[in-house]
Amino acid sequence: MSNESEAPAKRLKVSDKVMIEMKGVNKWFGDFHVLKDIDLTVNEGERIVIAGPSGSGKSTLIRCINHLEPHDEGSIAIDGIELTEDLKRIDEVRREVGMVFQQFNLFPHMTVLENCTLAPLWVRKMPEAEARDLAMKFLERVQIPEQANKYPGQLSGGQQQRVAIARALCMNPKVMLFDEPTSALDPEMIKEVLDVMVELAQEGMTMLCVTHEMGFAREVANRVVFMDEGEIIEEAPPEEFFNAPKNDRTKEFLAQILAH
Amino acid sequence: MAMEDVTGRPPPKSVLPMSPIGWARRNLFSSPGNTILTLASLYILWLTIPPFLDFTIFSAVWTGTTREACLVPDAGACWPFVWANIDQFIYGRYPPSEIWRVNLTFALGAAVIIPMLIPGLPARKLNLVFLLIVYPLVALVLLAGDRPGLPPVPTSEWGGLLVTLVVAITGIVASLPLGVLLALGRRSDMPAIRMLSIIFIEFWRGVPLVTVLFMASVMLPLFLPEGFSPDNLLRCLVGVALFSSAYMAEVVRGGLQSIPAGQYEAARAVGLTYWQAMTQVVLPQALRHVIPGIVNTFIGLFKDTTLVLIVGLFDLLGQVRAQLSDPNWTVPQGALTGYIFAALVFWAFCFGMSQYSNFMERRLDTSRER
Repeated sequence: MSNESEAPAKRLKVSDKVMIEMKGVNKWFGDFHVLKDIDLTVNEGERIVIAGPSGSGKSTLIRCINHLEPHDEGSIAIDGIELTEDLKRIDEVRREVGMVFQQFNLFPHMTVLENCTLAPLWVRKMPEAEARDLAMKFLERVQIPEQANKYPGQLSGGQQQRVAIARALCMNPKVMLFDEPTSALDPEMIKEVLDVMVELAQEGMTMLCVTHEMGFAREVANRVVFMDEGEIIEEAPPEEFFNAPKNDRTKEFLAQILAH
Repeated sequence: MAMEDVTGRPPPKSVLPMSPIGWARRNLFSSPGNTILTLASLYILWLTIPPFLDFTIFSAVWTGTTREACLVPDAGACWPFVWANIDQFIYGRYPPSEIWRVNLTFALGAAVIIPMLIPGLPARKLNLVFLLIVYPLVALVLLAGDRPGLPPVPTSEWGGLLVTLVVAITGIVASLPLGVLLALGRRSDMPAIRMLSIIFIEFWRGVPLVTVLFMASVMLPLFLPEGFSPDNLLRCLVGVALFSSAYMAEVVRGGLQSIPAGQYEAARAVGLTYWQAMTQVVLPQALRHVIPGIVNTFIGLFKDTTLVLIVGLFDLLGQVRAQLSDPNWTVPQGALTGYIFAALVFWAFCFGMSQYSNFMERRLDTSRER
C-alpha cells in the first residue's frame, strides 16, 4: 500500500490479497430473483464502483457482504472468513466491514461523538477515553470535530453523512461499503462527502461503492461493475467502461445517465 | 435545520402577545357560535365550581374530635373524619406498634426512586439494580416480618395506601421490563417465541382485570396442591403484573414500529449484537416515542388497583369505604368527604406521573436545538 496521499488514487498499487470473494451468489425476495450467479472478487486496496439502473440488485449485493441480507446460494468470504448462518462469523465479518447508508442512519438520540464511540465501546470493549480519542481523530479526518457534541438532527445532510463515515471508520474496518452515500443529499453537499471518500480511497481503503456519481467512478475506481436485473453485465476499468462499453445495456445506461 | 442568524427586523404586531381583552375577543368571542359556547361553559363552571369549593373548603368542618363536630346544620365536608382515620387510610389494619416498618419502607422507596427520577444524577444504573432487586426484598422483609425483631404481619392486615402502592409499584416495575420482552418477542424472527408472545399478550388483553383477580384469588387455590397456597396479595400482584405487562407490550411494540429499519441495520453493521442493538439503539428511541402511552398504562394501572377490593384486599378506596361504617363517624356527609379525599390522593399521584412524563418528553427530545 502506498502512503503518498498526493498521488492520484488510481495509480495506487493494489495488493494480491483477496479481500472479498463472492462465488455463484444467488438470492431471491419471495419469487423475485434479485441476484443471479454473482461472481465478484475484490482485492485488498481495490475500489469498486457498482452502477446500474434502480432495482438491478446493486444495494442487495453489497448488503449481502455484511449479511444485512442473507444470500440463498453460493459463497461469500471476507478476508478469508466465509459467511454462513453462524452468528459468530457474521459478527466477526461485521466488525471488519464498515457500511455507509443512503439515509445516514445516525442514531438520533446520541451525540455525534456517542455515535462514533458506541461500537468501539461495546464491540471492541475499548476504554472510554481511548474510544473518545479515536472518535475525535476520525471526526477530524472528516473535518467536523467541532460538531462532536451536537445531535445528528442539528447537522446538515452532508455533515451527517460525514459523521456516518467517521462512525464506520472508528471500527478500523478492512472494507468500506457505500450504499448510494450521496443520493439523499442536496446537490451542494455532495462534494463534501465525495471529497472524504476520495481521501479514503487515496489512503488505500478497500471500497465498494454503489453510486450514480460517475465523476467519482472515473476518478477513484479501479473497476466499474455494471449490474442489470440481478446480473453483473460488465466489469471494466473506468476508462474502458466509459469510453468503450461492450454490452448494449451498458451503452444504453451510460447514454441515459451521461445525457444530462 | 439550524437557523443561526435572524435579521434585525422586529416581528409584525400580530405575533406579539396580545392584551387580555384582545386575547378574549380573538379566542372566546370570535363568532356567534364561539360566544354561545363560551357563555355556556362559564355557566356550567359557575354551577359546579362554587358549590364544590363551598363544600370542601368554606363550609367544611376542619376541626373536632368526634362526629358531633360535623353535625351542624349546612356543614360541608367533615374533615375530622379523615384526620381521625388517617392511620387506617394509610396503613389499613397494620398493627400500630409496627407502623414504623411501613414508614421506613416508604422512606427507603422514596430514597431510591426520587434520585432515579432526577436526570443527570450519577449512579442511576446502580439505583435501578437496587430498585429492581434489593428494594423488593428489603420491603418484603420489613413489611411481612417474621424475622428476629420483626413480628410477622400477615398481608390480610395490610391495607389503605400501603396496599395501593404495593400493588401499583409492583405492577409498574414488573410490567415495563416484561412488556419490553413481550414486544420484542412478538417481533422476533423465531416463530416459537413470536407465537408464545402473541398468545400471552392476547390472552391477558382478552380478559378483564376483575376476572384475573378472581381467578388468582378464588380459582387458583383450587388447582394448587393442598398446603401450597401462596399469599392472596402475592397472587393478586402476579395477576396485576402479568395483566399490565400485556398492555405495556403493545404500547412498546407501537414504539418499536416507529423506528426505521435502518437504525437496527446500522447498529448491526457496526458490529453490535442483537441485544446491544436493541438496548443501545432501538429501545431508547422506541420508548421515548411512547412515553405518553407508557405513562397512560401506568396511570390506568394505578387506578385499577382499587379493584383488589373484590378479592378482599383493602386498598385506599376500600379502606375509606370500610371506615364509613364506623359508628363513631356516621355523619351525613361522611361518604362524600371520604370519596373526595380518596379522589384527591389518587389524583395527586396520577397528576404527578403525568407531569413527570411531560418533563421527560421535553428533556429527551433531541430533535430540537438546545
